[in-house]
Amino acid sequence: MRSRGAAVAATAVVTAFAWALLRAESQGAIAALLLLAGAAGFILLKTRWLHALVGAALANERFAQGLAIAAVALLALVLRDDDFALLLVTRVLIVIVACLGLNVQFGYAGVVNFAGASFFGVGGYTAAVLARSTGLPHVLVLLAGGVTAAMAGTVLLLPILRTRGHYAALITIAFALLFRTFLEVNDALGGPQGLKLGEMRIGPIRFNEPVEIGPLEGSFYLKFVAVALVLLALAFVLVLRLERSWIGLALDAVRIDEIAAASFGLDVARWKIAAFTIGNFVIGVAGALSAFMIGFIAPNNYTFAESLVLVSVLLLGGIGNPWGLSLAAAIVIVVPEKLQVIQEYRFLMFATLVVLVLLFRPAGLLPRPLRRLIESSP
Amino acid sequence: MSLDVVAQYVMNGAMLGMMYALVAVGFTLFFGVLDIIQFSHGDVVTVGAFAGLAAWTLLTAAGVTSPAVLLLAVVVVAAAVTALLGAGVARFIVLPVKSAPQLNVLLVTLMGGTVLRECLRLFYPGGSQPKLFPALLPTSGWTFGRFFLRFDNVLLLVSGALLIAGTHLLITRTRLGLAIRAVAQDEETARTMGIDFKRVVLVTFALGSALAAFAGVMDGLYYNEVFFGMGLLLGVIGFASAILGGLGNLYGAIVGGFLFAALQTIGAVALPFASAYKDVFAFAVVILLMAIRPTGLIGERASERV
Repeated sequence: MRSRGAAVAATAVVTAFAWALLRAESQGAIAALLLLAGAAGFILLKTRWLHALVGAALANERFAQGLAIAAVALLALVLRDDDFALLLVTRVLIVIVACLGLNVQFGYAGVVNFAGASFFGVGGYTAAVLARSTGLPHVLVLLAGGVTAAMAGTVLLLPILRTRGHYAALITIAFALLFRTFLEVNDALGGPQGLKLGEMRIGPIRFNEPVEIGPLEGSFYLKFVAVALVLLALAFVLVLRLERSWIGLALDAVRIDEIAAASFGLDVARWKIAAFTIGNFVIGVAGALSAFMIGFIAPNNYTFAESLVLVSVLLLGGIGNPWGLSLAAAIVIVVPEKLQVIQEYRFLMFATLVVLVLLFRPAGLLPRPLRRLIESSP
Repeated sequence: MSLDVVAQYVMNGAMLGMMYALVAVGFTLFFGVLDIIQFSHGDVVTVGAFAGLAAWTLLTAAGVTSPAVLLLAVVVVAAAVTALLGAGVARFIVLPVKSAPQLNVLLVTLMGGTVLRECLRLFYPGGSQPKLFPALLPTSGWTFGRFFLRFDNVLLLVSGALLIAGTHLLITRTRLGLAIRAVAQDEETARTMGIDFKRVVLVTFALGSALAAFAGVMDGLYYNEVFFGMGLLLGVIGFASAILGGLGNLYGAIVGGFLFAALQTIGAVALPFASAYKDVFAFAVVILLMAIRPTGLIGERASERV
């Protein structure tokens, strides 16, 4: 029970901090808050309290998940009329979903993908085209975004399966550059100007109208927070279940040593295909929701640099650890948006940060815990 | 298609091929000594072009007008800056993670390249827009029918070829080249024979990066424009060329570079929609070639050691 108490207290502190940061207006206050968080994080890392906290969360995983969802919901309700803050919260949630997809590829199967933003874009453009030209229900449009992204990924399957390591990286980099250039020169998809999307609707719910919950009124972004939260919960469950199953074990084996995995009878190609396709599906769904939320998509949203940002999230958080990447996604998205001085320098900052992390702390902020095959008392 | 038009295309293809080959030789040299891919190599090319541009800007501001002096200064400064940069990348980014998993080496060089690219975009004056590169060579030439053979193109091609030939001689005929080849063959044994491993690696990176600088300046002189993101295309195609020719094989890299340029030029002629989709086509060819011949046309030296 003590560990549950610690988890509740930690969540409360983090939520309060997120609220303060999202509400802070002056750049000085934001900088002070970030310095405070940096100092706290440093102490937690040095004293290994962070590991204790993560351990507590992992020991009561269902409880921790419920707590996290409740915290985000509470945060959204408190911020209910602050459009910009809610937009940021939704973006963080969506980026976490996309990175969870990337995590299945990078973190579990070891299939490199430097075209994350491109598959995100495939989902977004699918959503835009379908929403503009068909009457398909929008829930299905979200799914279609994922399916199309997974299908786009199959184009790369053959070259990726036939190569590994650096070569596979080159293929995805070439795809990321190809996708962006293609969007820019292609007139059917709006060229450099991009496409506009209409209002998102699910059943009777219209997403561009304000929310009324009893006496409380809130921004229309609350609905997007809700959808993103549902999506995140589904993706989280999918990824955690996947990791814990025999599939996860097979993926780990494929990542760590392909030859050994093959000699133990694992079909390396099959698991790589599975991981790559599942990952792209998740990224595509996230991309479709993101397109609906922003209401407008253009090639500039899906550059190679954005793909690298997604990879940075994964590395900073600790590759293979869904909790770590959630934390990293929040940092990577919110900090440059709030602290305007560094907005322009964000690619440079994150790239430098990743280089430093790889040189000095290669496992990331929150390294993936070891797989425990035998249930032992915590 | 008449002969003079063909000649024009061949000339364009040869220029492209020379640039790709110069970049690919760098990739192949680095792979030779360290068995790693230096993913920031493309951005080192860009840095070379911008260093040359900076040298030109400073010298013209100081009142130097002689084109020969300017050209020499541009090339020397570009090569010196990238040689230092390449050695720096090897010393501070690549060597520390040499024994880490392959993925980490890949990521660290890729992100290092992003740092270079972003630094140019943010800190070079006006770097976020394409910059005009000065025409330092005479634009005269010889006319054959409708084909205009430009003097500057011939000069660039010849000097590129001389550089590659020089590199070849350096690798095959000097003590330094012997050391590089020894390290490429077997690092441990080379060390026990008294070869300073670290020095050889740094020199190799400096050499490969200086070649890249020439490719960057050549690109600038040919297109009269440099852009902070131009290294991405050159890097990807240069790497693909190196793979096509078999990594670690100097001749393969050259053949790969020209083969790639040939494919691109033929694609531009054969496909009616290709002018707008030029780069899309190039990247599609990279992906396709990797699917067909993942270890290159000439084949890699060693098989997998378990």
